[in-house]
Amino acid sequence: MDKATLKERILGLVPDAEFQENKQFLTFIIPPAKMHDLSLRLKSEVDLQFDYLFCLSGVDMVKFLEVVYHLESTTHKHQLVLKVRTEDRVNGAVDTVCDIWRTAELHEREAYDLMGIRFNNHPDLRRFFLEEGWVGHPLRKDYVDEVNIVEL
Amino acid sequence: MKEVINLPVKNIEEEEYHINMGPQHPSTHGVLRLVVSLQGEIVKSLKPHCGYIHRGIEKMCEKDTYPQIIHLTDRMDYLSAHINNHAVCLLVENALEVEVPERVKYIRTIIDELNRIASHQLWWCSFGMDMGGLTCYFYGLRDREKILDIFEESFGSRLLHSYYTPGGLMMDIHPDFQKNVKAFIKYFRKKIKDYDDLLTGNMIMQLRTKGVGFLSKEDAISYGVTGPSGRASGFSCDVRKHHPYGVYDKVDFKEILGTKGDTFERYMMRMNEMHESMRIIEQLIDNIPAGDYTAKMKAVLKLPAGEYYQRVEASRGELGVYCISDGNKTPYRMKFRSPNFSNLSALDHISRGVKIADLVAIGGSLDYVIPDIDR
Repeated sequence: MDKATLKERILGLVPDAEFQENKQFLTFIIPPAKMHDLSLRLKSEVDLQFDYLFCLSGVDMVKFLEVVYHLESTTHKHQLVLKVRTEDRVNGAVDTVCDIWRTAELHEREAYDLMGIRFNNHPDLRRFFLEEGWVGHPLRKDYVDEVNIVEL
Repeated sequence: MKEVINLPVKNIEEEEYHINMGPQHPSTHGVLRLVVSLQGEIVKSLKPHCGYIHRGIEKMCEKDTYPQIIHLTDRMDYLSAHINNHAVCLLVENALEVEVPERVKYIRTIIDELNRIASHQLWWCSFGMDMGGLTCYFYGLRDREKILDIFEESFGSRLLHSYYTPGGLMMDIHPDFQKNVKAFIKYFRKKIKDYDDLLTGNMIMQLRTKGVGFLSKEDAISYGVTGPSGRASGFSCDVRKHHPYGVYDKVDFKEILGTKGDTFERYMMRMNEMHESMRIIEQLIDNIPAGDYTAKMKAVLKLPAGEYYQRVEASRGELGVYCISDGNKTPYRMKFRSPNFSNLSALDHISRGVKIADLVAIGGSLDYVIPDIDR
C-alpha cells in the first residue's frame, strides 16, 4: 500500500489522529485511549497486517512524554510510525501493546525504567537495567545526577 | 537400639525451585543473569536480569557530537563494531544528503562482511565450547586472528576500530589490503570444511540441537527476533535485501532462509552466511574504484531538525538507530534498537519445557552479546 492510501486508511480508522510531516515514514499522533484498539486492527486487518514492531522508544519532549512505535508489515512491506503522548510526568501512563507485539514487553520495561512512562496492563512492569529503588529516570531531560554525570 | 528419625521426604520432581544462571557463567557470554524456574530439570520459565554493564550510551549520546557518537557505538556489539559505526554514519549522511564516494561504499561493504565472518567465527567457537567441544575454540580463534590482522594492518586496531566517519573513512586502506583479503578467502574456504567435519556433522551435537528450542515464524516476527536466529524460523528479515545500503544492491547474494526454527537450524544459518559473506567479498574485492576515501564534510556537523531512522544488518540481526535532532550539533534523543535486546525477549518463550542443559545450547544459538543488550 503506498503512503497516500495508507494515510487515508489510518485516518479512516482514527479520525482524530494527527498527521505529522516526516520524510522517511508516515507518522501519526494517536490519542492514548485509542492506541490499543488501533494496534489490534493494524495487526489483524488483511490489507494492513503490521505484524513487526521493529522499534519502541520513549522520548522526553519536556512538555510531554512520548512513546514512538515503528511498525512494519512483513507481508505488504509498508511502514508506519505511531506516537502516543502523555503530559503527566508523574503518573503518565499509556496502554501496553505487548499482548499484540510480544517484543514490546522488554522495550516497555526499558522505557519505564529510563524514561518513567508507565504502561497499563503490562504483565511485569519493573525496572530493567537499574535496580529497584533507584531514584528518578535517567533519560529524562530534567534528571540530575551530580556524581555520575559530568558536565563539561 | 538406635532411634530412627523419619524426616519428611519432599518430592523434588514436583516442587518448583529457582536457580541463578549468571551473572558470572560461561554460557551467558558476559554478565547476564537468568533466573530460571525449574521443576526437576525442566525449565518452567525464565526471567532475564540485565544492567550489569549498562553504561547509559543513549544518555551519553545527548552530550556528544555525531563523530564522537561513532566511538560509543563500537562498544555496544563489539563483535560487529564496523556495522554499528556504519549505521550512525549512514544516518548522518542521509540526514545531511551527502553523496559518499563509490570507493567508500565498496570498502565499507567489504569490511562489514569481513566483520560478519569474524563475528560468526567467534560465535562458532563459543557455541562449540558451550556444547563441550573445546577444540572448536582454538580453530575458530585461529582463523579469526587472520581477519583481525587485516584490520590491524589497515587501521591500527583489532576490536574497537571506529574506522568509519560521517562522509567516508578515517584513512585509506593499506596497499596490501586486497591481496591479504583474497589470501584469507582462499585460506578460509579450506578451513571452513574443518568446521563442518568437527562440529556440524557431529552426532552428539546434532542430537542435542535438532528439534530443541523451536521458534515459529509468527513468534519470531512478534518477538522481533531478527538476523540468523529469525531467518532460521523463516522470517525474511535481511536488511541488506529489503533496505539496501552500501553496495549490497549491486552484488549477487542469497538471503539464507530456514524452515525448521530449531537450534540446529540457527546453527546452519550462520555457517551458510559465512559462505555468502565470502561470495560478496569476492565480487567486490577486485572492483574497488579509485577515488577519495572521504567526502568533503563540514567541521561541525549539525543535522537539520527532524527525525531520522537508519537500519543496518548487524551480525546478530537488525540494528536500528532512531535520532531526533533539534538542529544542534548534538542529538536531542538517540535510541538504539539493538538486535540482541529483542532476541533476548524470545528466550523465555523458546526455552519453556526444555532441559536446563539445552538452555545452554539455545542461548549459544541465539548468540547474544551482553553489552549490546545493556548499552
